[in-house]
Amino acid sequence: MTEGQILLESFLQALAAGLLIGAIYGLMCVGLAMIFGIMRVINFAQGDFMMLGMYVAFFIFTGFGIQGVFGSYVGPYVAIFLMVPFLFAFGYAIHRLLITRVTGIRTVGMEGEGHYAQLVLTLGIALVLQNGGQILFGSQLVSIRTPLSSVAWELGPFWGDFVSVFLNKGRGIAAIFSVAVILGLWLLISRTRLGRSLRAAADNPEASTYVGIDVDRAYRTAFAIGTSITALAGGLLATNYPFHPFVGLEYVIVMYAGVVLGGIGSTIGAFWGGMAIGLVQQLSTLVIPMQLQNATIFVFFLLIVVLRPQGFFGRISERT
Amino acid sequence: MAYLKSLRPIFAFVAIYFGIALFIENQYYQLMITLVLVWAIFGLSWNMLSGYTGLISFGHAAFFGIGAYTTALGQIHFGLSPWVLLPIATAFGALAGLLVGIPTFRLRGHYFALSMLAYPLAMLYVFEWLGYQEVTLPLVRDHPALYMQFSDHRIYTLLALAMLVVVVMITRWVERTRFGISLISIKQNEAAAEAAGINTLAWKLKAIAVSGAIAGAAGAFYAVVLLVVTPVSVFGMLVSAQALTVAMFGGVGTVWGPIIGAAFLIPVGEILHAEFGTFIPGIQGVIYGLAIIIIIIVAPEGVFWKARDILANRRAARARREAADPAAMPCPEKSEPSPFPAAEADAAEEAVAEHTVSDEIVLDVRGVSKSFGGLKAVDNVSFEVRKGMILGIIGPNGAGKTTLFNLLNGFLKPDEGDVVVNGRSLVGRKPHVLAAAGVGRTFQVMRPFARMSVEENVRVGAFVRARNGEHADALAREAVEKAGLSEIAGRRASELTTKELRLMELARALAGQPQLLLLDETLAGLGHGEVGDVVAVVRRLVREGMTIVIIEHTMQAMVRLVDRFVVLDHGAVLTTGSPEEVTKDPKVIEAYLGKKWMAHAES
Repeated sequence: MTEGQILLESFLQALAAGLLIGAIYGLMCVGLAMIFGIMRVINFAQGDFMMLGMYVAFFIFTGFGIQGVFGSYVGPYVAIFLMVPFLFAFGYAIHRLLITRVTGIRTVGMEGEGHYAQLVLTLGIALVLQNGGQILFGSQLVSIRTPLSSVAWELGPFWGDFVSVFLNKGRGIAAIFSVAVILGLWLLISRTRLGRSLRAAADNPEASTYVGIDVDRAYRTAFAIGTSITALAGGLLATNYPFHPFVGLEYVIVMYAGVVLGGIGSTIGAFWGGMAIGLVQQLSTLVIPMQLQNATIFVFFLLIVVLRPQGFFGRISERT
Repeated sequence: MAYLKSLRPIFAFVAIYFGIALFIENQYYQLMITLVLVWAIFGLSWNMLSGYTGLISFGHAAFFGIGAYTTALGQIHFGLSPWVLLPIATAFGALAGLLVGIPTFRLRGHYFALSMLAYPLAMLYVFEWLGYQEVTLPLVRDHPALYMQFSDHRIYTLLALAMLVVVVMITRWVERTRFGISLISIKQNEAAAEAAGINTLAWKLKAIAVSGAIAGAAGAFYAVVLLVVTPVSVFGMLVSAQALTVAMFGGVGTVWGPIIGAAFLIPVGEILHAEFGTFIPGIQGVIYGLAIIIIIIVAPEGVFWKARDILANRRAARARREAADPAAMPCPEKSEPSPFPAAEADAAEEAVAEHTVSDEIVLDVRGVSKSFGGLKAVDNVSFEVRKGMILGIIGPNGAGKTTLFNLLNGFLKPDEGDVVVNGRSLVGRKPHVLAAAGVGRTFQVMRPFARMSVEENVRVGAFVRARNGEHADALAREAVEKAGLSEIAGRRASELTTKELRLMELARALAGQPQLLLLDETLAGLGHGEVGDVVAVVRRLVREGMTIVIIEHTMQAMVRLVDRFVVLDHGAVLTTGSPEEVTKDPKVIEAYLGKKWMAHAES
């Protein structure tokens, strides 16, 4: 096996890993895009909502006999989907109790202080969830492991039996679920009555109230959907990666990077944004030490936002 | 003198605090009482940037951590004493502030906050990767005092108090100078601050450098006190959150906020951590989180301001009770005097022809164009403004008038063309540069600094010319008088009527002693009588030699005011000329009224 073939193989391997993890990141980003892109709510605690979803799925899997009934191949996925209604309710309640006090129609047009209240409030929620999670769940790593995560499909070998790419089955299935969920969400938003009212409320909240849409309820629903989508992505991630109560911090940056990259307000764009982050993360491992993988994402995030001057709402001049 | 007087409460606080510290024997409580001060200093550092400019930082741990690691590694690898390393850490903090600020200040709002978060977290991983998981400061046996190591913990408290005093003095000094006023005006309205001649980027960079320096010093001292530095304990999320929490809890934009916040939250967090930390490990974080959630919902400005409001209300209520005699009840709404006696307005009306237009060209606009996407908002516009003239720019809604102004005063950069002010090409320069060159402007959507008084608002505009504080006061007073606002100079901008706000914006622009004023729909939204009042002020300015360019979309008030019109339609100049010529021009009538009116106009 030549030097070039080794290089090619590790590149293809990183590419494949990036595509698989990117699909999950994409789903995560779509969840945030529902909240940030469409409803203009800055949710700093999105990563911690995801962490909560991971733990809920973990306890459903281990604690409620799901593992016994469905076995360890199907069980994790059943647990992950059973977790969704809980996180939907959680998101709905958080919005109802807290977020609604600093959001809604009156803050949509505000640039400065309206958003700061959201940022700081959700930072508070994030701190409570992270540290509360540590109290409740402890800080040791857990995962919703499926045996599929330790086996792989082999693509190839190509080029004279030398180069082949391995696709981890657990990650592959997670990626397939991600794409399926996004297609379902797309249908929900574009084809149903609920989706129409969500889009209307996002597009022009004031006009929506005039045509009889309960905008506050639409926001709440969107918040809950966004929360559960991200939590679902977290659950899928947890079948391959162990997690802990502070896992949200790493992914909240991934999510914002993806949403910004995909273009604010575009749900499908957020998916591609997340995909790009996944690819960057995996491909960066070819040149940058493993331990700095997360630092790479932060730097990449900074590059994305800084290379677009004035931020994305920073339209100083057009509002004068 | 007033500056020293403003420091009196802090000296009293320091004396009392040290008095209490002297009597604390328990080592653990001694440490805590020092840590309260460290976090108060760190909170003040956060306040310097985020409290005054309103740019919320989620990443102050970056500077804190740099300070802490500078001290720890400096002592381990170079054998330097913390007495030397503390100033070095301060300098590194300032430098880090600049390095972070230069790219990050291009962002605003929540992007700024999130990006700030990325810095310390990236550094956390870098320091872990470098192998600095746990760095312990070596104990020095000979001359421990030379290495800031004291067996009597009260000395640390004393040192922390000394640092706190220095930081409070810096903060107070910033508050009282144009530094602080510039920061507060950025917080309230960045665009207006730029247009008033404030170099917002430069002030923000100064703020983050000072803030970073303070945070660096706090981090360095923290390392000395705790003797152990880990990436999570100095770069972690909780560290950044702690700076933000103590400041927001205590009160944003005041020296007392972080001190109150730290004095309350740190002991609560520490004691709970000490009592229950072994079996409830995250209790501190939960407390901080809950504190922020509650404060943002109950008193978003913080305890200090809430308490002040409550006290002020109570005092007002008592005053009202004492003045319960119905005859003595004041009737505030009605008795407000109009700053413009009708007679004066009339006199100004008659004096219309008094101003003279010279040949000197103040502003020369040459072929300026700007497109947004495919839309040509301003298309090859040229005109000249001569000294002493009033030029009216009119055009239907969407004709590109405000965009044109934004091109003239630097909010937007033209795609093509040149803007020449007094013979100097200033195209594409920033608004504060144009303000310094003598171009003042007001806004169509008014941009008052809502929490400042009229005089303070105007004073912001004066700094572009003022040599010092007194000079700014004088310029502001003069401008307030010129706009006829002397009687309401002390009122808060948020309490003013539309007319008063328009005049206040005018005064703010005047305070910078411009040669040329750009007035953007200054007459919009005013009642009939009010238009007369504002027009009277404009006329008086012109008589005194001011040159004015004014935008309106209605012709009514303009016809008798201006010397010359530029009529815009779809971004291009439709025609220019004297009011008589323009009002008879069929093209203008068509643009304003549509084709079917042409017949009426021609007949």
